[in-house]
Amino acid sequence: MIEKKELMEKTKRFFVGNMVTIVFVALGILGFIYSGLSLPFFVNELFIRITRNSLLVLALIIPVLAGMGLNFAIVLGAMAGQVAIIVVTHWGIVGVKGFLLCMLLAVPVALIFGYLTGSLLNKTKGKEMIASLILGFFANGLYQLVFLIFIGTIIPMQNEVLVLSSGVGLRVTIDLTGGIKYAIDHIWRLTIPWAALSTSILTMLYISIKFYLSKTRKTIKQMTTAHLYYFSAAMLLALWSIYIMNTDSLFNMLRVPIITVLAILLVCLFTVFIMKTKLGQDLKTVGQDRHIATVAGINSNKVRLTAIMISTVLAAWGQLFFLQNLGTMSTYGSHEQVGMFSIAALLIGGASVSKATIGQALLGVVLFHTLFIVSPLAGRNVFGDAQLGEFFRAFVAYGVIGLSLGMHAWKKQIQARNSLKG
Amino acid sequence: MKNNDYILQMKKISKEYYGNRVLKGIDLSVKAGEIHAILGENGAGKSTLMNILFGMTVIHETGGYEGEIVLDGETINIKSPVEALDFGIGMVHQEFMLIPGYSITENIKLNREITKENIVSKIFGDKLKTLNLKEMSKDARKALDTLEMDIDEWVKVAGMPIGYMQFVEIAREIDKKNIKVLVFDEPTAVLTESEADNLLKAMVKIKESGIAILFITHRLDEVMEVADNITILRDGELVATKKNNETNVMELAELMVGRKIEKVARSKEKQDTAETILSINNLKVMMPGEEVKGLSLEVKAGEIFGIGGLAGQGKIGIANGIMGLYPTSGEITIEGEKLKLNNPQDALKKNIAFVSEDRRGMGLLLDTSIEMNIVITSIQNKGTFIKKFGLFTQINNKEIKAHASNMIKELDIRCRSEKQVTRRLSGGNQQKVCIARALTLEPTILFVSEPTRGIDVGAKKLVLDTLVKLNKELGMTIIMTSSELAELRSVCDKIAIISEGKVEGILSPDASDVDFGLMMAGEYKKMHNKGDELQ
Repeated sequence: MIEKKELMEKTKRFFVGNMVTIVFVALGILGFIYSGLSLPFFVNELFIRITRNSLLVLALIIPVLAGMGLNFAIVLGAMAGQVAIIVVTHWGIVGVKGFLLCMLLAVPVALIFGYLTGSLLNKTKGKEMIASLILGFFANGLYQLVFLIFIGTIIPMQNEVLVLSSGVGLRVTIDLTGGIKYAIDHIWRLTIPWAALSTSILTMLYISIKFYLSKTRKTIKQMTTAHLYYFSAAMLLALWSIYIMNTDSLFNMLRVPIITVLAILLVCLFTVFIMKTKLGQDLKTVGQDRHIATVAGINSNKVRLTAIMISTVLAAWGQLFFLQNLGTMSTYGSHEQVGMFSIAALLIGGASVSKATIGQALLGVVLFHTLFIVSPLAGRNVFGDAQLGEFFRAFVAYGVIGLSLGMHAWKKQIQARNSLKG
Repeated sequence: MKNNDYILQMKKISKEYYGNRVLKGIDLSVKAGEIHAILGENGAGKSTLMNILFGMTVIHETGGYEGEIVLDGETINIKSPVEALDFGIGMVHQEFMLIPGYSITENIKLNREITKENIVSKIFGDKLKTLNLKEMSKDARKALDTLEMDIDEWVKVAGMPIGYMQFVEIAREIDKKNIKVLVFDEPTAVLTESEADNLLKAMVKIKESGIAILFITHRLDEVMEVADNITILRDGELVATKKNNETNVMELAELMVGRKIEKVARSKEKQDTAETILSINNLKVMMPGEEVKGLSLEVKAGEIFGIGGLAGQGKIGIANGIMGLYPTSGEITIEGEKLKLNNPQDALKKNIAFVSEDRRGMGLLLDTSIEMNIVITSIQNKGTFIKKFGLFTQINNKEIKAHASNMIKELDIRCRSEKQVTRRLSGGNQQKVCIARALTLEPTILFVSEPTRGIDVGAKKLVLDTLVKLNKELGMTIIMTSSELAELRSVCDKIAIISEGKVEGILSPDASDVDFGLMMAGEYKKMHNKGDELQ
């Protein structure tokens, strides 16, 4: 009886703790069923969007850990990336070389933007989220001023492709085809079964080596069940991919941009690494309690500034990866919703204003874009109206932030009540 | 060692805040390996003296100080708290400087983490060195062992008992390698008696390792127990420096307040025939840390009823539950009428007033004037002090001012004017503002929780006198909850001792110390039940 009760309590706590994510998993599955999409098409679409957007979402993690909430000002990072693209496109440097130059150029711009953002947020402590949101709008105004008015008047620029025919201001869309489009994505691509096979083999190798090393150190006990699960999951994945390779499934036609995936992995590793350093410890300390950090002699303003600068640079690079995949840059629009969409994705993954992990970021990207892909079709199939599907899509983007913030608040209340009981 | 073995000397320290002299030539000399107590009422200058020692910015922003600080034979000028740490001056804070989400190790090593090189840090600098958790826990273990704490160093601080947190804080200070002087700022204020005992033992151990300890406290018996030397401050002046074996508690108390302490006069002529004004049946209150678990109690009209017991046993939860501040179940009857539970408004309507134990958190609007603090509850719940203009109401400033200045005079609240904000008042005066507000409600039952917590000796007596006066002159029933048994015994007619969320027993204040002790420890019922069985 008691065990049953405990189990009930445990499941209840699990559901309350992961309420937001669970609701969106359910919505995603329902949406997929009602959309009538084929699995390969859906997976392909999802992969494209994951590789496109993950970096931007990962850029949000560090400020959350530093106690600065959700950094809506990654919009400024995206702008820094676009500034670099405009310059490099104007110079006519293309391909991988052009893309690397973009990454290099974006860094100083993003650092300056990040410094300014961080300085502002240090002056608006406790209201960072609304401050960064409004800062994004304000920066957008300045951005338009520079590229719509100053180009051709104050900043001399002669380029028929980029500049409007009047000679003043940049064109609304810039085509990156023949420029940096697919610069990274097309370096090396593998079909989905091959990618899955190599991932699973690498995972199995990694676990085996770790297991072998740990045997010598007598710590086998610490790594049994979890690793066993991973190992068998990898094995299943390998078997599945070998099976698919021998059929004429559509999966064999779909290809994954390996370098982009590696870049995402690298940023994940970077985040993990940072949190294990002195800087990371300072970040966490400031995030947990600024006052105590200050008393302990940590310069909390500087730490917060660093967090925002790192976040802005990552966002700039994220926007570069995003645009090289998209292939066209909407000069005045591409950056606008970056903050909103990334934050919505992070929140769906189960992160909150004060806690975020890499897993939550990646899961969030998957769930958010699942909804994005399936909702218009599902809306049409269920309600018989394409317009309704479109509406649902807009709802997913904006409503999600409000909804998940609200659900987090609700969750907190329930947890407070539960802790009283227990 | 140089300079007669004194590790720290503060010579002729004076300090002025905007022309107001708060320290007048204080001399303080501390030897290595001694516990030096600093006694004084609030406002005597203890905190200013410590602020100077720590180089707090508030000192330098207001024109610095006069005098000389000599540490280990060298005159030093401390300009910031970080510099103070570098000089080897540490502080165990009154409010904990611990991060709940961190392990004990991480807290002990806060901003002093041991790091190791990696490839990235070689290029980008020290900030990117990785933490060496192994070495860190080794150091933490050593510090905990010194204090004889057998808790594991990787345990998270969140959820630990308060007594342990204090020890983690101390472990952090003694882990600092160059520590010479350690300041304990009222360390026992938040501890239970047994925890406080452990702390005092730990202090003795630290002193034996050659560190000088400055011990700031209100509790005279603790001073007598551990301090080697005692410096007493009053109104910014040095009153006396005494050796432990040359003085006693009475003398210290006298030196501190500058007037004799007498026992509060208590009226004896209470009859048992008075009616029951409050009866509590099977009360349960979900107050975290102070849970009440099925308590029954009866209080007669016109009594001063004391509620005592150790911290965490639930005595604080009773008044909070009756006032509807925490989820409550059970049955409460006031003057024959049932009280609606979980409903603060109904409690106020039944003429119950409450002076909270959490003065700064719950009791006061800290950035609001004294007069508004006094009348706000009455305005909300009784509709007094307002003028009505048809649908609209306006605050009646004249009436409020008159009432507030009357209260200020009655209760002797020391302030510049009734418009002063309450944040800057001393603890005792803040407490009096809370009492004034409760009185403005004209209650028949007054709950007072920990009325003298964090208040100096002089103000304590005034607060207690006030309560007795209210009881005598207005016939008000007062239910007073306090951790200080001596205080309860000096004013109450009856004292209920709470143990594990229930009444362990009710005693008269003249009952023996043994009975009180047994009840506090929760052993009284057990012993007497056993006695019954034997008979």
